Amino acid sequence: MKMKEKYPLMQIVDSSGNLVSGQYESQLSEEKIKNFFYHMTRLRTYDRRGKALQRQGRIGTYVPFEGQEAAQVGSALALDDNDWMFPTYRDHGAALAFGGDLDRLLLYWNGRVEGALPSQTKRILPAAVPIATQLPHATGAAMAEQYKGSNQAAIAYFGDGATSEGDFHEGINIASVFKAPVVFFNQNNGYAISVPIEKQMNSETIAQKAVAYGIPGIRVDGMDVFAVHLAVQEALERARRGEGPTLIEAVVCRFGPHTTADDPTKYRDQEKVEKMREEIDPIVRLERLMKNKNIWDENWVSQMQHEVEVEVNDAVERMENHEKPDPSVMFDYVFEDPTWSIQEQKEDLLERSRF
Amino acid sequence: MVMTDNRIREQEMFTTNSYTVIQAINDGLKTMLATNKKVLLLGEDIGVNGGVFRATEGLQNEFGDHRVIDTPLSEAGFVGTAVGMALNGLSPIVEIQFLGFIYPAYEQIATHVSRMRSRTLGKYHLPMVIRAPYGAGVGAPEIHSDSAEALFTHMPGIKVVCPSNAYDAKGLLIASVEDPDPVLFLEPMRLYRGTRQEVPANKYSVELGKGTYIKKGDDVSIFAWGAMVPVAEKAAIDMKKEGYTCEVIDLRTLYPLDKEIIAESVQKTGRAIIVHEAHGTGGVGSEITSIINDTSFLYLKSPVERVTGFDVPVPYFAIEHEYLPTPERVKKAIKKSIEF
Repeated sequence: MKMKEKYPLMQIVDSSGNLVSGQYESQLSEEKIKNFFYHMTRLRTYDRRGKALQRQGRIGTYVPFEGQEAAQVGSALALDDNDWMFPTYRDHGAALAFGGDLDRLLLYWNGRVEGALPSQTKRILPAAVPIATQLPHATGAAMAEQYKGSNQAAIAYFGDGATSEGDFHEGINIASVFKAPVVFFNQNNGYAISVPIEKQMNSETIAQKAVAYGIPGIRVDGMDVFAVHLAVQEALERARRGEGPTLIEAVVCRFGPHTTADDPTKYRDQEKVEKMREEIDPIVRLERLMKNKNIWDENWVSQMQHEVEVEVNDAVERMENHEKPDPSVMFDYVFEDPTWSIQEQKEDLLERSRF
Repeated sequence: MVMTDNRIREQEMFTTNSYTVIQAINDGLKTMLATNKKVLLLGEDIGVNGGVFRATEGLQNEFGDHRVIDTPLSEAGFVGTAVGMALNGLSPIVEIQFLGFIYPAYEQIATHVSRMRSRTLGKYHLPMVIRAPYGAGVGAPEIHSDSAEALFTHMPGIKVVCPSNAYDAKGLLIASVEDPDPVLFLEPMRLYRGTRQEVPANKYSVELGKGTYIKKGDDVSIFAWGAMVPVAEKAAIDMKKEGYTCEVIDLRTLYPLDKEIIAESVQKTGRAIIVHEAHGTGGVGSEITSIINDTSFLYLKSPVERVTGFDVPVPYFAIEHEYLPTPERVKKAIKKSIEF
């Protein structure tokens, strides 16, 4: 049997905006549709601004996620307030949807450590840059919840390239042995920078790798926010019931480059991607759904779009007017009490900057 | 009742056990498991088996498999798991079976263990300890005998500790577990069972970042740690017969180094010998030399001498004793320094 048949792409709303099966009717309340639409629009507004700011030289290298909004919103909104989120550098959309602080995210892209932690209240870790290293962290945080006897879970985000790293295996393996309450949420966008998935792995799907750990593997249409949301919700419920981890593969398309320093035309046909997006754009899919259901409200949409524009504009302004970085910040948080060498070096730097 | 409690406590204060280094480590782990519910142990074969060196003997039986956890054979995985646990309020102690097996976890230590406090501006910190037996001289297979401390003393954000005797082993271990920041705790496997020492039964700690005088002397300062301390001591005893007194300093913590004790001793003797079994180039000895240069240059009567392992992979055990510093090599360096 072909693995893609064994792990069929779970879908609730197809790209024309139609429900694929009546059984999901209850998933699609008007309130929920609008909430998803709001979050995805907000993410895209922020993301496009991020790209523009980089082009204008107002922030550093930026990692866009356009095309992956459904996967990030659908998963983040399935979490409980006290669950743990372990994102990568491309998952700031998920962090934002979960309650991350827009000001902090912008500071992060502007090279400010003050923005590394996306939230002071939600348990969202700074973006993991070394690939797949965050998977064991999610396992550990989840095992600590287990140890405390709580009902909280953890989610680890990672891309298709991460599945080739050792920490992918080690994190999932340990979680499966101890039935840790964790969801391993993969966004397979088909490319690790320039290397296509066919050169990344010999297996047909990422979901099938779950077999090796004796855990469920779910393959879901990552451009369908409802399918992602339901899959993550079910995996979290399973985790909370003490049944252990789940591996979810959300098949997505990254419309843009890997980062603003990357030129995707070198390794793929961008015209084809642009054509494809007319069909698969996750936000357009929601628009089609709302129109099909006769709940598309032009006034509400333009009002909401205006509000998120203003929100992002204000945040950008605050980012640009943020107080100048204090160089002490690099010395003061290496240890609780700075060691003598760090203290000496700090004094030396501050002394020099006085002249 | 209060009186009884006090009496018990008082009794514990004065009760000591004659322990080897490995027994003192076991006692330290047991003390922390018994007094702090946040403390968990993770590692390979540490449960039923009690660890390949028996450091965790009996602990799973006493505290349960939810606190003394046999992990899969997965150094990066369980160090990363410990990061997640420490983020979430626990104080994990992980055992790396041999220091030479730590390399798969190097990325976790370099990119997360050592940086979490810094990148979250203190919102999260990792009170975790990574224990690892290190060093050559016991006839172990290849890779089992490395002294890779310099890979970690160079890494900002983690402390590196290395006891040389049973009393310090328990006290430094407890201090490491109670430290709010990550600590790499190196255990000289060559000294695990060689000697016994009176170790208090109560909970006590030995301050991190502080060296100690093993021997006082006037002519030469010898700096060492871990398994090289008895080597330095033997050389000092021999030199006394030749009319020279040596000061032997056990540095105990390799990051942060005890700058004061280094300066104090060198300023008194004017001569310094550094002994470590790790490779010479880029070793901690270079850093000690640099501290001597910064603090005591004008007190020196002769150049600082280093007696170290060679710049080669630790050889197979048939010739490992040729690789390791010996009292003879230390004495040669002392004489060179005196005769300069």
